[in-house]
Amino acid sequence: MGSHGIRDRVAIVGMGCTDFAEHWDKSTDDLLLESATAASASAGIPINDLDAFWLGTMGSGTSGLTLSRPLRLDCKPVTRLENMCATGSEALRNACYAVASGAYDTAMAIGVEKLKDSGYSGLVGAPIPNAGDDGKNDATAPANFSLLAPAYAERYGVDLEEMKDVLTRIAWKNHYNGARNPRAQFRKEVPLETIRNSPKIAGMLGIFDCSGVSDGSAAAIVVRAKDAYKYTDKPLFVKALSFVAGPATGLSDPEYDFTTFPEVAACAAEAYRQAGIADPRSELALAEVHDCFTPTELVLMEDLGFSARGEAWKDVLSGAFDLDGELPVNPDGGLKAFGHPIGASGLRMMFEAWLQLRGEAPAERALRSVAEGRTMALTHNLGGGPGECVSFAAVVGSERSE
Amino acid sequence: MALSGVIAYGTYLPYHRLDRRRIKEVLGAGGGKGTRAVASYDEDTTSMGVEAARLALAGVADRGIVAQLLFASANPAYADKTNATAIHAALSLPSETLALDLTGAVRSGLGALLLAGQSPVPTLAVLSDVRTGLPGGADERDGGDGAAAFLFGNDGHRPVLAEVVATASATEEFLERWRTPGAGASRVWEDRFGEEAYVPLVEAAFADVLKHASIAAGQIDHLVVSGLHARAVKRAVKITGVNADAVADDLVAQVGNSGTAQAGILLADVLDRAEADQYVLVLVLADGVTALLLRTTPALIAGRPSRSTRSQVGAGNSALDYATFLSWRGLLDREPPRRPDPESPASPPALRRLDWKFGFIAARCTQCGTRSLPPDRVCRSCHSIDQTVPEPLADVAGTTATYTVDHLAFTPNPPVLVVVVDYDGGGRLRCQLTDAAPDEVAIGLRVEMTFRRLITTDGVHNYFWKARPVRDEAGVPVVADRRP
Repeated sequence: MGSHGIRDRVAIVGMGCTDFAEHWDKSTDDLLLESATAASASAGIPINDLDAFWLGTMGSGTSGLTLSRPLRLDCKPVTRLENMCATGSEALRNACYAVASGAYDTAMAIGVEKLKDSGYSGLVGAPIPNAGDDGKNDATAPANFSLLAPAYAERYGVDLEEMKDVLTRIAWKNHYNGARNPRAQFRKEVPLETIRNSPKIAGMLGIFDCSGVSDGSAAAIVVRAKDAYKYTDKPLFVKALSFVAGPATGLSDPEYDFTTFPEVAACAAEAYRQAGIADPRSELALAEVHDCFTPTELVLMEDLGFSARGEAWKDVLSGAFDLDGELPVNPDGGLKAFGHPIGASGLRMMFEAWLQLRGEAPAERALRSVAEGRTMALTHNLGGGPGECVSFAAVVGSERSE
Repeated sequence: MALSGVIAYGTYLPYHRLDRRRIKEVLGAGGGKGTRAVASYDEDTTSMGVEAARLALAGVADRGIVAQLLFASANPAYADKTNATAIHAALSLPSETLALDLTGAVRSGLGALLLAGQSPVPTLAVLSDVRTGLPGGADERDGGDGAAAFLFGNDGHRPVLAEVVATASATEEFLERWRTPGAGASRVWEDRFGEEAYVPLVEAAFADVLKHASIAAGQIDHLVVSGLHARAVKRAVKITGVNADAVADDLVAQVGNSGTAQAGILLADVLDRAEADQYVLVLVLADGVTALLLRTTPALIAGRPSRSTRSQVGAGNSALDYATFLSWRGLLDREPPRRPDPESPASPPALRRLDWKFGFIAARCTQCGTRSLPPDRVCRSCHSIDQTVPEPLADVAGTTATYTVDHLAFTPNPPVLVVVVDYDGGGRLRCQLTDAAPDEVAIGLRVEMTFRRLITTDGVHNYFWKARPVRDEAGVPVVADRRP
């Protein structure tokens, strides 16, 4: 028994990503068609020549028909899956395993979410009949993640005003990056004071501490690593895929202190083991992380091993994760500025790794770390909340190790 | 065999008060002096009844002695369906305990006490009411919300605190106060008619109860006269001729008149300060007159509940504004957040988890001692399966580990306060905090559990538990120096 990983056995050879936006004029079908067509063109493989499909969507459709119908796929295997906000990454993970197993030569992972047709503010989950007696429905997503902020401040002795500065700095950075991304939902820099004084949503979080609610789709085409150069001269080799669903004990176990996602720490450790990474902060060229709310990104810097425990807030303030920092985090603007169409987000993160490691990112956000020779990127995607979550981490690289 | 009587009692007055001056400030007229008690947006007659009964039964080691539960309210949360069963479940009473409603009329309050006092088996009477009327009216101003619970019996094991000496009633059909089902406000006939109609009924019931007890009016040490007809109540006091010193304060100035529950709340207040071997007469004017005469025993002094009625009268918070009061009572619809309506609880899962949902009974692992809320089948610590025993936690306090204030969530009273509670002795639950202002929530805040109606959707009331701050005598929330 053991987890062995599939380091360098499969590669991504084509990707597509729609703009993330309030697409009042585009349906789920339109978005799927757009990203699938772009990925297909990018790899030079016609859609109906692909062997299998994994579709991730949390609530924009059920079954493989959600993809096969708009694409008029010709009796292909299509799996529709869901794993909360890590849904897009889960589609990629399963597609990679299918190719690595030898079952298929080529596979597409595609994610989509059409959130803006609901008419509601924020995310709204599909109700599951329940007894209404476990507090699960008491708090909205921002309220749930905001639980991290006072706990972190208390544990590490950060004054609440300074804590607000830290959170504000994270949102400011991601908006700065998003302003350099034509696909992003929010493409303007936002002054620190505007972020800091934005209307309260939950706890310490204002509206600018929350990720954008948007529509979008992203897709990747996966082939065996040895076939990769048939399709592109700059494939991305999959170094690590790691996923965990936690025991969900944080809301019932007083030992959990709301300053960490233990699931993420476990998931990242496994990804680094598979990829052979010892010091992610100096080895990675970039990290795309799940910044659903600003305190999440803060805590992730520690769980992903970029900062020592209790130190991330200082690293944030010093600019270590800025576009020109030591380790750029969310250079595409992240969930915060790029937007968060649930099923698409994990693949959108991979799309930024695709652009950056291939040197195709727009000049205004091209990373010095890549120019200086770093070749690996991390994508991190989580679903749930503090105390009970699922976590995904992948490492991809532009070079195949020996 | 010794006389049956009160063996335990308790009251519940909600935390919020409406300062009657707020009414005039908004409406330009009406209102008055003093304050009235207001059930919060998450309370109803059932939830307040649970709170009063919890206090009454706090000192009763074996709740299994309660053979019958009678719930009286003019303002029940459900029709067709029994409301007493929710109280029965929240108190974790045994299945064989009969639970019945006496709902719809104010008269049912003392009626429940009379039936309980006359019952051959230990009977818990729970009286509860939420009173309001149309904005600017006397019922809105003078009404009050609250509950009281009395356990009657004489099982020979627990001392009787006040024996039932005699009862009497005079019944008459006349339209003095009435309300058709579903109507938001009561209607009353001309004041002076009711006053006169009650006179002969008071005289008859008063004379009867004295005769049955073979005592004279001058022997009555405490007189409680309760009723929603204020003039008739005053007149009744005069008719009895009882010394003014012996007439109990009606508390209307502080908490208002809680209708069905008023006689119970005032009786509890008298028992809180009565001496041993005193006569206490309760008269209720409602569709006739009912009388209950009790005689206190020496056991009363040591048998009082841990929270007195007066301490609850004094613990109210009158920061409530009139618009909020109106919205809580459904008289002012406010713009909700752009969010879907909350889900109503589904019946099968609620039944499967009855002990947890209503009784707040968690689980403790017999292998490693870990507490789990809600009860787990697989222990999170040692992973043993189905090795747990029930762990009642409703009366266990806790400390806030972290918290948030949710401005986005749907609630009749934004914002939602959410706390993660670590219970004394182990276990954790994330739940809502109630009876607190947003600036009162903090890490370290000490909390206790209270039974509430979380939300009503599609005609279904979702009853569950919330945390509320533990407050010191000045009303200031208690914050632990450091997390335990």
